[in-house]
Amino acid sequence: MKRMVTPLVAWTAASALILFLSLTQIRSGNAQAPERVIKITAHKFAYEPDRIDLKIGEPVVLELTSKDVTHGFKIPDLGLRADLEPGETARVRLVPEKAGTFEFYCDNFCGIDHENMSATIVVHESDSSN
Amino acid sequence: MAPKIDRREFLKLAGIGGVVFASGIGCSLAGNKVSGTMSKNEDFYFVQLSDTHWGFIGPEANPDPTGTLPKAVAAVNALSVQPDFIVFTGDLTHTTEDPRDRRRRLGEFKEIVSKLKVQSIRFMPGEHDGSLDKSKAFQEFFGPTYYTFDYRNVHFIILDNVSDPRARLGEAQLQWLNADLSKQNPNSKVVVFTHRPLFDLYPQWDWATTDGSQAIDILLKHPNVTVFYGHIHQEHHRMTGHIAHHAAKSLMFPLPAPGSQPKRTPVPWNAATPYKNLGFREVEADVNHAKYDITEYPVVRS
Repeated sequence: MKRMVTPLVAWTAASALILFLSLTQIRSGNAQAPERVIKITAHKFAYEPDRIDLKIGEPVVLELTSKDVTHGFKIPDLGLRADLEPGETARVRLVPEKAGTFEFYCDNFCGIDHENMSATIVVHESDSSN
Repeated sequence: MAPKIDRREFLKLAGIGGVVFASGIGCSLAGNKVSGTMSKNEDFYFVQLSDTHWGFIGPEANPDPTGTLPKAVAAVNALSVQPDFIVFTGDLTHTTEDPRDRRRRLGEFKEIVSKLKVQSIRFMPGEHDGSLDKSKAFQEFFGPTYYTFDYRNVHFIILDNVSDPRARLGEAQLQWLNADLSKQNPNSKVVVFTHRPLFDLYPQWDWATTDGSQAIDILLKHPNVTVFYGHIHQEHHRMTGHIAHHAAKSLMFPLPAPGSQPKRTPVPWNAATPYKNLGFREVEADVNHAKYDITEYPVVRS
């Protein structure tokens, strides 16, 4: 088990660092490319869409809303989270710099199937097709 | 004069861990507490039960959802030496969005555990009990969600990391914890009971407390702290600094090892080994040395 988890932890830490640096860049106003806006709707007990495809280096803004109760949005691998209150829009900016699949999930206990409320962001190499 | 008995020594002599004790050895072990002349620092033991999830339905994980908890109660009652007290570390019931069902399940759970011989029982909510109503129903049945008690020179602290649906202890509780520990003798022994792990065991599966690191920072100031928790439905042991954290098995369905599979789905029931990986534990407290010996028990003996 340890052999399976340890590389994942190391990879996760590296990914988080890369994303942190990306976010820092954006906050410093250094990002030049226009941001693509991706709308994500949360409801019991799913996100729509449940898969987001991005490319390395592509700046995006995730606009997250909730249709029913308070949900959460958390990507532990990338150190990102937001509260999704009904009637409000949460915005999360990111510029992925590493390919991979990143799971996000609800971290605000929302009901009977809360534990299965998750979706994924898939980051592709910039020259690959979705 | 009644002879004193060291229960761990007795276990060694018996060559067993938690099997039936011999009787008629010249000292009284009947009743809820070991009788005799106990000093305040005398060893004692308690039983931890966790994650009973009363109301759960899922035959692929447990085809005996209404029988498992009563079997566990019977197993605890069958212990030859009854514990000094019993603690349930949360998820007494399985979640429901219907407040009436929630109360019905809490009431049924309370009725079942009322059959335990030892009625010195400490409760705390899990997220299934309390996260949808900030533990309002839980408190109607079992009282406060975080509190302290003292037993034979050990200071016990119950922490609530579930009533906030974002898995936070919250600033008020953290301040309360800090104030409580500040009042303790620096060398006193402290045991914490909580539902979720205070450290980041596997946040992807909600196996963490959002502000748990702040609680650990407070606890680290104290030299003798041990944490017992539930939530992850399996035995697990981890150190954060000098603090040992011990997770308990569930009494409804086991869960896979952290991160061992994509989804946190229950381990399927195996008819060849029913109730496998379900159980409860005894914790023998060596007060003078702040040591806690754990013995795991199955729900039913094969």
